[in-house]
Amino acid sequence: MTVESTAARKTTRRSSGTKRTASASTSTTKKTSTRAEAGAVEPELVQLLTPEGERVQHPDYDIDLSAEELRGLYRDMVLTRRFDAEATSLQRQGELGLWASLLGQEAAQIGSGRALRDDDYVFPTYREHGVAWVRGVDPTNLLGMFRGVNHGGWDPNSNNFHLYTIVIGSQTLHATGYAMGITKDGADSAVIAYFGDGASSQGDVNEAFTFSAVYNAPVVFFCQNNQWAISEPTEKQTRVPLYQRARGFGFPGVRVDGNDVLACLAVTRSALERARRGEGPTLVEAFTYRMGAHTTSDDPTKYRADEEREAWEAKDPILRLKAYLEREGNADEAFFEALEAESEALGKRVREGVRNMPDPDHMAIFENVYADGHALVDEERAQFAAYQASFADGEVK
Amino acid sequence: MAVQKLPLAKALNESLRKALETDPKVLIMGEDVGKLGGVFRVTDGLQKDFGEDRVIDTPLAESGIVGTAIGLALRGYRPVVEIQFDGFVFPAYDQIVTQLAKMHARALGKVKMPVVIRIPYGGGIGAVEHHSESPEALFAHVAGLKVVSPSNSSDAYWMLQQAIQSDDPVIFFEPKRRYWDKSEVDTEAIPGELHKARVAREGSDLTLAAYGPMVKVCLEAAAAAQEEGKSVEVLDLRSMSPIDFDAIQRSVEKTRHLVVVHEAPVFYGSGAEVAARITERCFYHLEAPVLRVGGYHAPYPPARLEEEYLPGLDRVLDAVDRSLAY
Repeated sequence: MTVESTAARKTTRRSSGTKRTASASTSTTKKTSTRAEAGAVEPELVQLLTPEGERVQHPDYDIDLSAEELRGLYRDMVLTRRFDAEATSLQRQGELGLWASLLGQEAAQIGSGRALRDDDYVFPTYREHGVAWVRGVDPTNLLGMFRGVNHGGWDPNSNNFHLYTIVIGSQTLHATGYAMGITKDGADSAVIAYFGDGASSQGDVNEAFTFSAVYNAPVVFFCQNNQWAISEPTEKQTRVPLYQRARGFGFPGVRVDGNDVLACLAVTRSALERARRGEGPTLVEAFTYRMGAHTTSDDPTKYRADEEREAWEAKDPILRLKAYLEREGNADEAFFEALEAESEALGKRVREGVRNMPDPDHMAIFENVYADGHALVDEERAQFAAYQASFADGEVK
Repeated sequence: MAVQKLPLAKALNESLRKALETDPKVLIMGEDVGKLGGVFRVTDGLQKDFGEDRVIDTPLAESGIVGTAIGLALRGYRPVVEIQFDGFVFPAYDQIVTQLAKMHARALGKVKMPVVIRIPYGGGIGAVEHHSESPEALFAHVAGLKVVSPSNSSDAYWMLQQAIQSDDPVIFFEPKRRYWDKSEVDTEAIPGELHKARVAREGSDLTLAAYGPMVKVCLEAAAAAQEEGKSVEVLDLRSMSPIDFDAIQRSVEKTRHLVVVHEAPVFYGSGAEVAARITERCFYHLEAPVLRVGGYHAPYPPARLEEEYLPGLDRVLDAVDRSLAY
């Protein structure tokens, strides 16, 4: 079922790309044999957990997690999905102006995020709610910009998690520069830059590849190929599989099953270790699927078929890990029930947090425009304050 | 070295050297800034003395240069970026406007962006297309950026160091046709504030306000006007964001006539901003509308026509006459 539907989709949408993939790198052969062993869905895809929740081996990416760690990954994914669903509802209820859902991408984000050390630095797009979660950013903080009370709202240095970046691909250069700074400092931390398949077309992403390769910067480029850049499919972005782009820039690229949290963790961990050893950047392409709309403003029924989503639902990252946990007896009913309760509590906390989020003070318009001050801002702030004060009843404050 | 006569480009070079010596977090980045010393030699010898880690030759990618400088600033460095020519800044414009300018505000003040972007700008050197433009208004219009331009060697030396010390992003426009002009630099002086205007010449009948390459033209115009019995004051604005309106106001309250001069197109230019604000502030002092002299609403012309396009002595004096005739 999954195999067939993917293959069918590839013949219609990615036929030329598939051909190129098959004949491309030397590692393909190795991975093809893995596929034969494991019955995996994509020849070049690193996979450790099948869609049915069966554990498979990969020659390059070994991982051994305790039952507690596996439950931790599951908990992260469930809570992230719950948070995301709550935010979507809050947008529908008019509490948020917009929401960019991560539904379907939980494994890519939790797996890669859990590979990070505390002193690593994350440069996200605007959809990395799962990565924010594992970095310990308060989920309600993520909602400020979508509610319209700020344009960021957290201190990037308190969790080494940079602000969400809306302009596509810009943050890959910031990540690269930050990584260059790590090298200059003689530190051994690493940087991870998130972006999507659409961003791979941007000049900035390609410039980030160039700079990171030239300066051997300790940065992992983590591309979540969720198949769609709003309504544009991946084949409108590239004629070769995205992970293969890296080779032309002089560093390795690897495609991982983005719905397999274990594989995402293993592959990202390996790429980060490589960066720490001073061996430079890696491009990780997490092959995944955005199950919802691009944002709540978007209507995916206008540009993609229901069958496609259904095919990907069969590869759901959460169900897959749940099947594995149950199969191995690593989680009991009490665990799932407790998590359900925790999930409900998180939803409630987020809902109340948003509804109680105060509007910013009017004078916030003029705050932090400059670090050292600016005469014009000072002048306009004073004019604005005088204007507000001119309302006799003092209601505007 | 104390007081020395230096070409403006050499003063910038000395300024960068001082900044690199003073603060180990200062970095120079750009195309050809290392071995070559920059196409105008402003960074000459710096890589030899400070190494490739601090004077960084970059790939030929302007957005990449500014974007990675932002990342380095986030890591605690103070990058000084060189854009080779004015017309080449546009590939980096997105990073400057959407990222660099807003980062401090978006982070609620928790991160600072001490990035300086040096841009040799303006015409008058017979260059080819994209090598003679004056895009300062495009940057001054953006909140979060500061925009300055020195007109002489002393300001070049001091203003660049002040820009590097600033925790805000500063777009540092260098008047390329003045690179070879020599004037005195006192390296032990106490410099004026970065965003304060300077009275370059005292006068009582009319104020000429200019910055960068046009200050010299205005000083020449003031000298010529003196011969005709007109006392013209010349203000060197030095900063286009913020603009020192107080200094302009003081001068206009004295002279009651203002002409703003710049190379950039007059339409939507910094002269328009000065004219509007000074009209508000000095409505009852002005004896004539504020006049502007500058470039036309046309692409910067080929070199053989640039003398027609650029404001010269005659165009400035014509505006002086028109203003005084009201």
